[in-house]
Amino acid sequence: MIALTRRYHFPAAHVLASRHLSAEENARTFGKCANPAGHGHDYVLEVTVSGPVDARSGCILPREQLDALVAKRVLDRFALRMLNEDPVFQQRVPTAENICHVIHEELADPIARTGARLARVRVEETRRNAFAYGELR
Amino acid sequence: MPEIRLTRTIDFSTSLRYWNPALPAEENRRLFGARASQHGHNYQLSVTLRGEPDPLTGMVMDVKDLQAILDREIMARFDHRDLNLDTPYFEKEPPTPENFVLLIRRLLLAALPPGSLDHLRLQEDPETYVEWFEPAEGRA
Repeated sequence: MIALTRRYHFPAAHVLASRHLSAEENARTFGKCANPAGHGHDYVLEVTVSGPVDARSGCILPREQLDALVAKRVLDRFALRMLNEDPVFQQRVPTAENICHVIHEELADPIARTGARLARVRVEETRRNAFAYGELR
Repeated sequence: MPEIRLTRTIDFSTSLRYWNPALPAEENRRLFGARASQHGHNYQLSVTLRGEPDPLTGMVMDVKDLQAILDREIMARFDHRDLNLDTPYFEKEPPTPENFVLLIRRLLLAALPPGSLDHLRLQEDPETYVEWFEPAEGRA
């Protein structure tokens, strides 16, 4: 199996707090990440696609097309924003795990319509934390 | 004995242009944009083998021997060369990282011990890499 990965960057703010918990419970569960004023990260996003290599272009998916999809569905929406204000994070805490899953949900169908398959979404929240969703093989 | 994975990484600097000789020039420029012009990259290739360590040496494969294969099959062919002008491999297809990693797979499968190749990772630039996963049934 062959797979292509592109790396992107988006700075964003978030607060880790569940609306189903009290302020004290959120502080206990999420520690300093629950600061109601927010904090932020330079997120690194890796998007991996797999599928047959097109004979004309030599590509699984032309990278301009992948970049445009990721820009429209993910970067334009989340870069330089407060993630908790996005409708998708009203019911889900914007942990990096949930960010991974949301980005996978956003990209899977549009990528499938090109004939390629979204194999994996990987999010680096800091240099020391990385999260991935999807199987490569 | 347990199956162990061994990864060796090499770097080489190579020029290329994304160009499919079967297509007209205008179509190449439309398909590949700025990458249809000659440019270059610091490629990084990671080769992963898998196997049981030899009971005597404790090695899956001596890294010196693996490096010698990589020097002969990859470095000698591609380092400080041009993929389109100096190699015969891209006369029918463009040297995208997808096609390049498939070529590297063919070259290494012919040179490595049968059944040892597991995974290739070819990084073209800091934002782009391709991977090849050898199917399990392909291994001896």
